[in-house]
Amino acid sequence: MNWDVLVPLLLFLVIIFLIGIWSNNKLKQSKSFLSDYFIGSRELGGLVLAMTMVATYGSASSFLGGPGAAYSIGLGWVLLAMTQVATGYFVLLILGKKFAIITRSYNAVTITDYLKGRYESSTVVILSALSIIIFLFSAMAAQWIGGAYLIQSITGLSYISALFIFAVAVLVYVVIGGFRAVSVTDTLQGVVMFFGTLLLLIGVVIAGGGLDQIFADLTAENPNLVTPYGNDGNLSALYVSSFWILVGVGVVGLPQVAVRAMSYKDSRSMHRALIIGTIVVGFIMLNMHLIGVFARPVLPGIEVADQVIPLVALEVLPGWLAGIVLAAPLAAIMSTVDSLLLLVSSSVVKDIYVNYLKPDATRKNIQKVSYGITGIIGVIVFLMAVQPPDFIIFLNLFAFGGLEAAFIWPVVLGLYWKSGNKYGAMASMLAGISPYIAIHFYNEANGSLFGVHTVTVPVFISLIAFVIFSLLFKKKIKLNY
Amino acid sequence: MGKDRRFRIAHREALIGVVLAIFNFLWWYGFAYGLGSKSPEEYTYILGFPAWFFWSCIIGFIVMVILVIIVVKFLLTDVPLNDGREEQSE
Repeated sequence: MNWDVLVPLLLFLVIIFLIGIWSNNKLKQSKSFLSDYFIGSRELGGLVLAMTMVATYGSASSFLGGPGAAYSIGLGWVLLAMTQVATGYFVLLILGKKFAIITRSYNAVTITDYLKGRYESSTVVILSALSIIIFLFSAMAAQWIGGAYLIQSITGLSYISALFIFAVAVLVYVVIGGFRAVSVTDTLQGVVMFFGTLLLLIGVVIAGGGLDQIFADLTAENPNLVTPYGNDGNLSALYVSSFWILVGVGVVGLPQVAVRAMSYKDSRSMHRALIIGTIVVGFIMLNMHLIGVFARPVLPGIEVADQVIPLVALEVLPGWLAGIVLAAPLAAIMSTVDSLLLLVSSSVVKDIYVNYLKPDATRKNIQKVSYGITGIIGVIVFLMAVQPPDFIIFLNLFAFGGLEAAFIWPVVLGLYWKSGNKYGAMASMLAGISPYIAIHFYNEANGSLFGVHTVTVPVFISLIAFVIFSLLFKKKIKLNY
Repeated sequence: MGKDRRFRIAHREALIGVVLAIFNFLWWYGFAYGLGSKSPEEYTYILGFPAWFFWSCIIGFIVMVILVIIVVKFLLTDVPLNDGREEQSE
């Protein structure tokens, strides 16, 4: 075992535990348990808000899968990744102050709460809570598997022990600390990612003999690697542009991101978060995908592309520094998992338990249930990740795009279109998810429909469904704003 | 609440978000495929990077950061988010 690498990683875990304990103390002093546990009493400042949005979104897929794809495909994939700069300002500007004001007036602590207040329909509530629980549960399980693999590849422990360490680390601070612990650790993790990717990029450029040398090597190997069209020339401009919907503007519809847009303290925090978020997300995405491309001449012939970041870090940096840098992908995974865990738990506790099973629950009761449910969900995910059942892998394929297609219009048009109503919302959610699954299979069999990413068509179908069904059933559904 | 002044501000700011994203897309697409479509032997390099990538991804990112800063400093308005009532306790 390599202690140089392990010590910084262990230190990182200890700090995260301390944040959990600190948050638990603040939680005990709060007025409303639910509001504090699930959205930190709406008192996030600018830095924490920006970091928690970036960290929640920058998951294992973008941290291990992204650089891996850049390693195989070349600069074209970095171009694709840079569509994510838009998430830094778009979500907060679009949902904006109106979302913050309205969710406050509904006293909402989840996206489902907001939809409940806006559409006043229990069908919408159930549809929303179920899609969050099912899809995000699967997404979370997939991330746990990623986290365990990463720990395994750094420490050489067995998969099960690695998974166990990962599970304990995440569960402790999420269960006791709630949203505040999640957002503060996200901030720490965001800082680690920011500097970690910068250090590693510098290390790779030096190891590769400077930029000129690296680009000369890449062009010598395959000139397509330095074009926007990918290693085999098949990455079309249209396909890359359709990622603007999946990872750029469509992120507005992701419940784990949108819930953060109701948690900030005041409009000045939001203004600061716009600037910080745009800088941090662009910087991290640019650096880590460039690392993937530049790693190619430094470490040719890596077979499992997802291992590019850990392998290259151990190759080009001294052990202790590699440990600090490798805390970054671990941070990315943990910071996504913690938010998903809390969101799934909030759906069960707030949207189902408090709404339907026990509306008159006392603070003590809700508190016990919240800790309990969060813990139980964590244990179930752990058990699933030990031997991932096929349906988890299957559902995870749809998780992000499917949720975007389901939620984007009920959330956004609910905010800005007065005539939008519950019939539109139901139709839109169903019309988002089902074509998503159908088109996914079509694309697997026949290549991408219209040459764009799977998410594109369902997003348009669900928009049309929302508008048509809202107008069709345009009755005396009255709004007070 | 009625016709809330805060909502008029919020609507304008959402529109700014859309305009920023459209501008971002055009810049990103224009430089990437405008300069990147020729064959790699004809590429020019700026500070070590192929020109299409330098303008689209690196300068494009810096331009967006500057625009966001300008928007925040000069176009966004501070508004109170509460209706003057406290968070309900359960």
